[in-house]
Amino acid sequence: MDTLLGFLSLLDSTFRLATPLLLAALAGFYSERAGVVDIGLEGKMLVAAFASAAAAAIYGSAWVGLGAGILASLALALLHGFACITHKGNQVVSGVALNIVALGLTAVLGNAWFQMGGRTPNLPADARFGELTLPLAETLRGVPLLGPIYYELVSGHNILVYLALAIVPLTWWIAYRTRFGLRLRAVGENPAAVDTAGISVTALRYQAVLIAGVLCGIAGSYLSTAQGAGFQTNMTAGKGFLALAALILGKWKPVPTLFACLAFAFADALQTRLQGVALPGIGEVPVQLIEALPYLLTVLLLAGFVGKAIPPKASGRPYVKDR
Amino acid sequence: MSAAPPPVSPAWAVELVGIDKRFGPVHANRDVTLRFAPSSIHGLVGENGAGKSTLMSILYGFYEADAGEILVRGKQVDIRTPQDAIRLGIGMVHQHFMLVETFTVLENLLLGHEGGPVLGPAMQRARAEVRELERQFGLEVPLDALVSDLPVGVQQRVEILKALYRGAEVLILDEPTAVLSPPEVEQLFRILERLRQQGRTVLLITHKLKEIMAITDRVSVLRRGQVVAEFITAETDRQALADAMVGRKTSLSVDKAPSHPGDVLLSAQNVNVIDGRGVTTLKDACLNVRAGEIVGVAGVAGNGQSELLEVLSGMCRFDSGTVTLKGQEIHPATKYDAADARRRGLAHVPEDRLKLAVIKEFPAHESAILGYHQDKSLSKGWRLNWKQVVAKTVSLMEQFDVRPPNPNLRTSLFSGGNQQKLVMAREMEREPDILLVGQPTRGVDIGAIAFIHRQLVSLRDRGKAILLVSAELDEILALSDRILVMCDGEIVGELSAAEANESRIGTMMAGIKDAPVAEGVPA
Repeated sequence: MDTLLGFLSLLDSTFRLATPLLLAALAGFYSERAGVVDIGLEGKMLVAAFASAAAAAIYGSAWVGLGAGILASLALALLHGFACITHKGNQVVSGVALNIVALGLTAVLGNAWFQMGGRTPNLPADARFGELTLPLAETLRGVPLLGPIYYELVSGHNILVYLALAIVPLTWWIAYRTRFGLRLRAVGENPAAVDTAGISVTALRYQAVLIAGVLCGIAGSYLSTAQGAGFQTNMTAGKGFLALAALILGKWKPVPTLFACLAFAFADALQTRLQGVALPGIGEVPVQLIEALPYLLTVLLLAGFVGKAIPPKASGRPYVKDR
Repeated sequence: MSAAPPPVSPAWAVELVGIDKRFGPVHANRDVTLRFAPSSIHGLVGENGAGKSTLMSILYGFYEADAGEILVRGKQVDIRTPQDAIRLGIGMVHQHFMLVETFTVLENLLLGHEGGPVLGPAMQRARAEVRELERQFGLEVPLDALVSDLPVGVQQRVEILKALYRGAEVLILDEPTAVLSPPEVEQLFRILERLRQQGRTVLLITHKLKEIMAITDRVSVLRRGQVVAEFITAETDRQALADAMVGRKTSLSVDKAPSHPGDVLLSAQNVNVIDGRGVTTLKDACLNVRAGEIVGVAGVAGNGQSELLEVLSGMCRFDSGTVTLKGQEIHPATKYDAADARRRGLAHVPEDRLKLAVIKEFPAHESAILGYHQDKSLSKGWRLNWKQVVAKTVSLMEQFDVRPPNPNLRTSLFSGGNQQKLVMAREMEREPDILLVGQPTRGVDIGAIAFIHRQLVSLRDRGKAILLVSAELDEILALSDRILVMCDGEIVGELSAAEANESRIGTMMAGIKDAPVAEGVPA
């Protein structure tokens, strides 16, 4: 029973840790499937985390925080679109620039507004997204096996976790079953085909970049107002890049990307549990090595376990009518 | 989308009146007036850069004209975007297909014409409509196959079907036969005939005069952005069209004396190449090229000619067999790369100019020394002697009539023909004993073709061995002293210039071995 509970709690934190990765990776999905490379996932998440924590601290509402987070992330997304779509700038350079701006801006504004060394005030429980207990969770708790699974694993997450998971099938449906999805995938593969079909490449790419902005906004808000209780300097700590790696591992498809996010999150969850634990035959492994586990896993997976990942053909290339 | 019924006998399907277009300093179209009749195939010919594609892109709303009017079925219209053109019943099949390769055929047809925000029901409707169009025009395509899995001929049919599905009454085809094999060309022409019968207007842009003669009703000739002549096809001939295109008398045939072959300079014995997928792309290739002769290699693109050139020029390894260069044997284990080949007196004009012969972004003088940049005459110690490089380029440009003769101009700013002349100059200038030439006149205008052909013949007459690979049968027939035909990675036959003709080579290209193996090919 204890092993089961231990394992369930490991999976439970896997889902918690996977949520921001998943939202950011799906943001990347929309952007890159439309042909706009998004290195700036990290920066968008970071400004969203900051704006969300700041707004939640001032107005005392997680929902206001979420709204502020999304708006902040959208602002960066628009900037990225303006640089890369309207002005046909280099998408990688623009993304890197946004990351640097986000890192500096959040630290400076945080310090100026709250004077807490770049942190925002600790959020009280009602200014955060709390855990939801699903119906019958308590009642069914006693049922062997299924009861604990339902209680520990399925129930008891905040609403953003469920939202992130729901966005996966929704994204699949949008991408493969709707007009917008068809056009989105087409513009990332061959924008000239979209243009000659009489559809605006610019409008499509802006839509994709803005959707990415909204999703990064939710991801960032999750970090500071659901998983955490306030903002800390550079609290995304590379999650945006990890999300990008998950997107590549998932070969730019929504469902495989979900599994890639879960794998990274599982490694992360395992890592916290392994700290200070003596492994049989090895003894206690240095904390630093264990903390590096998720990143080692990323490198290993990307280096060759997934086969060839073929990006959307037009990604990274601004659309210029050729002559 | 089923097309609207054709209106009651309008005089013209489309009229372009006084179209003018400039791109910066380039005056692409000057006061062009053209009229296209319904139920007809109208040819548009001209050399590269004559303004054909620009004109059609204006009609399709890709560019806007600086001046002039467009009338569709007698009514003046304003075409600013492809969407406008599509709505007016104008469709275009671009030279580079506008297809999403990772999509199925049906998804490609739907793009931009989905019929609702959700695809499901629209897909079913589209399937039925497309089937109807396929029946009407004899255009079979597998609707659920991925475009990337289809041969180019079928991809082109998808493009035509796409235009028809969007209701095209007027169909523009830009160089549609450039990528097709002869049987595919015939199939395309049958489809175009069918379109004409069904009352559609076809605008065919090409620079192949034979095709114009074979299928069009009328033909307009463009030169330097202007319409210089219009003919009723039945009342003209290829010579008249060619003269109008280049603006002076040209000869389509090459004057050359009989060859006097000397020693074998280049030979291959049972050379095999197996590619990464395990497919044998070059099978037991045997050939001899003698001093003072041009050996032509004919075949449908992709039947081993490229591999043959790559092996002989040292660009790719072979798996078994022997290549002999001026008496020296090269085995699969021998170190032999492009630089070795050059040192041994073998020069190579590759098939794909922009990928393998020049660097588009480099100035002409840098492109003009690629491969010979280590040459002592071009260096000062370990540095390049730029003065010498530029002087060398100027002299190359002079000898080969490269225009404009500006060694500092970016390579991409030269026309295809002038880029090719620069490459030919670079490779021929050091009087190589053996010259490999791939597609010497692909994308080259008629004036430059004649020049390049003369240069090749004169090199032959100076006692050099030339191996010529070309997809243009006319070129093979005009230049070669002997002709090898390849099919499916194999050399399936050999003909002397005297016994060769188009139909005989055509049968051999299709893999039917008829000719006896003649002199020069070891059994």
